[in-house]
Amino acid sequence: MIVRTISHDWNDSGILVEVPSKSICLIFVWMIATAQVFSARAQSTQTPPATGQPAPQTSAPVTQQTPPAPAQPAPEPAAPPQKTLALVILDPAHGGADLGARGSSGLSESDVVLSYARLVRISLEAQGLRVILTRQANDDPSFDDRSKVANAQRGAVFITLHVSSTGQPGTVRVYSLPQMTVAQGAPAAPRGGLLPWDRAQFKFIDQSRRLAELIQIQMAQRFRGSSETPFEAPVRQLRTVGAPAVAIEVSSVSVPDRAPLDQMGPGLADAVARAVAAFRTVYESGGK
Amino acid sequence: MSKGLKTTIVILAAMVALGLITLPGLREAVQRLHNTPKTEEQARREVMQEPISTPTDVEVRAQLYWLATGSPPSLEPTVIQLPLSADPVERSKQLLNALIARAPAPEKRTLPAEASLLAFYIQPNGTAIADFSDEISSSMPSGILSEQLAVQSIAQTLGANVSGIRQLKILVHGQEAETLAGHLDLYGLFPVPSLAPAAAPPSAVPAAVPAAAPPKTPVAAGTAQMKPSGSAPTATPPAPGKPASH
Repeated sequence: MIVRTISHDWNDSGILVEVPSKSICLIFVWMIATAQVFSARAQSTQTPPATGQPAPQTSAPVTQQTPPAPAQPAPEPAAPPQKTLALVILDPAHGGADLGARGSSGLSESDVVLSYARLVRISLEAQGLRVILTRQANDDPSFDDRSKVANAQRGAVFITLHVSSTGQPGTVRVYSLPQMTVAQGAPAAPRGGLLPWDRAQFKFIDQSRRLAELIQIQMAQRFRGSSETPFEAPVRQLRTVGAPAVAIEVSSVSVPDRAPLDQMGPGLADAVARAVAAFRTVYESGGK
Repeated sequence: MSKGLKTTIVILAAMVALGLITLPGLREAVQRLHNTPKTEEQARREVMQEPISTPTDVEVRAQLYWLATGSPPSLEPTVIQLPLSADPVERSKQLLNALIARAPAPEKRTLPAEASLLAFYIQPNGTAIADFSDEISSSMPSGILSEQLAVQSIAQTLGANVSGIRQLKILVHGQEAETLAGHLDLYGLFPVPSLAPAAAPPSAVPAAVPAAAPPKTPVAAGTAQMKPSGSAPTATPPAPGKPASH
């Protein structure tokens, strides 16, 4: 937007000149920012304050480098960062050209799980949790792209949603990765702070197992015939997730029409939300 | 009767006779066109599924693992009479071909009927490598449950009848595949349970009789029954090296 303003410095005669208001704002912002940077640099290069004088509050790096004056109380050690669970990554499996399991009536796993994910999202958000879906529409991110969504976050859990082509209709199974035996020569646990991408789940197997237990109990209460205890299977999607991660599989797309599967949606969403809320307590207390 | 009419009748008669002669050939040609042409995979399967026979073949009671009836889905051993080789590689091929081709009923099947075993190796460290045709993926009922049952049926059938196999790697058409049919991870090695009994003497046991022992192998079961052997792959793919045999 162009505005009219009077330039008193450059033109005493009061000629109206056209100056873009956005540019003026940007110049001011830049000048203020530059002034602050120079001010901070000047203070950081000053001699440490004499004994008894208060340390400048704006010179945090110096405070870390220079021991505090004896007259000042020693700073309290920083408390360890609190482990909080605030985010759930929901993964509607398959999508795009990959329809997943297909029923004779034309039902496809990729469609059903997307509708489940939307319902679960609403229930989780009602619990005060933030939710990210790995896909919002009929596209098909790779396994690693889906894992990447979780691995870029802290304090997240990952739930991948599936519908099988077999199993007793109306039942739900929750899977976590089994304890994997490591072949000779490979380190049993990653050293240092880095996790190998292709084994990112190794560190979280106990937590994932606990999350699976909590979800499976909720499923057993809502869907007759479902087990009360969870399952273990080497599900590909879970292996590269560096966070507590489970797979939920509903049976099945073999039903003659979609209605029974749609009826399971609200119960499924409520079960997941309650279980994740319960897991949040376990997670934040540092338990497994 | 005029000469022209006679000529016409003769020509017509000749044409009818010609039609009658060529009719069967035409019908065969139409039938051939109706049949879909064989794919490369089908042709390969026909070659590979030639019955494997070795000089050391002996009729034995083999335990093969197919789906149990009832719920929750699980595997159960079924005893059938099979001529099995003394050579572990040939023996394994015979077993896996039977696992695909001789399911007692369609609902008990764990592997697609269209699938075939393309190759089988055993490395000196006890790692078996089973290479299946594409149909093991494309015709497999999709789902964590069905794919896990399929791998377990292979691992447990080998474990029950072939000694010395400790773990299993599954390839699809000669390649490492990411999953079996979209869910189950084929990255690592699947442990093979050592269930092989002492060599049973040949006997007149009727085919496809469920074995008394061991009991059903739970797959879709609870915590106490979790970790079904053969379900959890190890983390590291097989070490590269020459197969012990082919």
